[in-house]
Amino acid sequence: MKVAITGLNNIDSPGPGVPVIRGIRDSGKFDGEIIGLIYDALEPGAYMPQVADRSYIIPYPSAGVNSFYERLSQIHSIENLDVIIPTLDAELFAFSKLAPSLEKLGIKTFLPTKEQLILRGKDKLLDFCKKNNINAPFNIVATSVNDLYKLPPTLQYPLVIKGIFYDAYVAHNFQEATSYFSKIAAKWGLPVIVQEFLQGEEYNVVALGDGSGTTIGAVASKKTYITEKGKGWAGVSIYDETLLSISKKIVEILNWRGGAEFEFVKRSDSGEFYLLEINPRFPAWVYLAVGAGQNLPYAALQLARGEKVEPFENYEVGKIFIRYSWDLIVDMKKFEEISVKGVIKND
Amino acid sequence: MSEYKISENLAVSESGFLFMANTGESFTVNETGKEIIELLKDEKSKEEIIAALMEKFEVDAETAERDFEEFISTLKDLKLVTKS
Repeated sequence: MKVAITGLNNIDSPGPGVPVIRGIRDSGKFDGEIIGLIYDALEPGAYMPQVADRSYIIPYPSAGVNSFYERLSQIHSIENLDVIIPTLDAELFAFSKLAPSLEKLGIKTFLPTKEQLILRGKDKLLDFCKKNNINAPFNIVATSVNDLYKLPPTLQYPLVIKGIFYDAYVAHNFQEATSYFSKIAAKWGLPVIVQEFLQGEEYNVVALGDGSGTTIGAVASKKTYITEKGKGWAGVSIYDETLLSISKKIVEILNWRGGAEFEFVKRSDSGEFYLLEINPRFPAWVYLAVGAGQNLPYAALQLARGEKVEPFENYEVGKIFIRYSWDLIVDMKKFEEISVKGVIKND
Repeated sequence: MSEYKISENLAVSESGFLFMANTGESFTVNETGKEIIELLKDEKSKEEIIAALMEKFEVDAETAERDFEEFISTLKDLKLVTKS
C-alpha cells in the first residue's frame, strides 16, 4: 500500500504530516510505503529518517486546481497511490473538490466535505455555535479596515485580530488593531476576524469523525510550553468530561469526516468552555493522541480504505509530549535531487 | 468528616507531585503539604489533621493550625479543594 501525506514542514510552526506518518508507522500494521508531498524543497520531513520513503514537490493549490491535479496524477502514474492524507488547512478545499476525480484514479481520501469546511470556517463559526447552543466569543467579520471604526459596543479592547486561515494577534487599542488588520489582510487576504478577547486558559481536543456523526476518538490536551508564536512545544493529555462532550457534539452535528482540532478557552470568571476554532485537520500535536493510546492517524487511514473502525473508549491522562528541534546534515546531492527532478528518495 | 473536599481530578504521587487531570496543571508540595492532602483525601476533620501534624512534625497546636490554614487557603485559590 502507498499512502501520500502532505504537511512535512516540521519547522517552528510545524505541519501535522510527520506526526501523522509516525502514527501510521507506529501502528505495527502498516507495511506499505509513505510518499511525502511537499511544497518546498527544504521541508524537513522529506529528509528525516523513517518518515517518508520518497517525497515529491507539488504546486500550491492556489496556483490552480488543474495544475495541482495534473501533478498529483503524474505522481500517481509513478507511484500508484492508494490513499492521500492532506494535513494542511489551505489545501483542504482543493483536495475536497478533487476527491471524486482522485477516487476515479483509484486514490482514496477521507476528508470533510466542502459544506463542512464552510460551516466550520472562522467567518461562520459564531453562527454555527449560536445555532447549536455552543459558547463562542463574539466576533465580526471585517472586510475593510473601515469596519474597525464602527465596532459594536460588545467589542471592547483588547481584541483578537485573526486571519481567515492562520495568524492571530491581540490588539490592545485601535492603532494596534489597524496595524494587525493590514498585516493579516496582506498575508492571508480578506475577510479578517475581529473577535472578543476572553481571559482564561486554552485547551485543545484532537478528534476523528467517521462522517456519520460518530467520534472514532478524541483526546484533550493542555499546552504547557508555548512559544512566542503561540505554538505549543510541550503539552499534556488531560480529561475533562465537558470538554470532550462538546467536542463529540460538534462531530455529531457536523457529521464530521476526518481529523479535526477543536480549540477552546476556559473562561477564568465562569469556568465555562468557549469554542475558539475548529481546524479541519489533525493538529501538529496529534502524536500525543497516539502516545496516549488513540492512534487517530492510523484509524483515519483505515477509514479512508473503507475499513470498519471501532471507536476508542479511553486514553491515558498525564502523557506529555515535548517537541524539539534537531539539525540534520544532508549532502548537497539530496537537495539537487529534489530541486532538479522534483523527487527525493530517502535512504 | 472533613469540611474540605479534595478535587476528584487531583492525583498525588509518593514524592508530593500533584497533577490535575482536567486542567493539566502540576504542583509540588513539601512533606507537610503532602500529609495534609492525604489526610483530606481520607476525609479527616480539621481537628484530626492538626493533631496528626502536631504528632508527626513535633510542632505545637498554634503552628500546626497556622500551617493548615495557610495551606488550605492556597489549595482553595488553586481550586484544588472545595468546601464540602
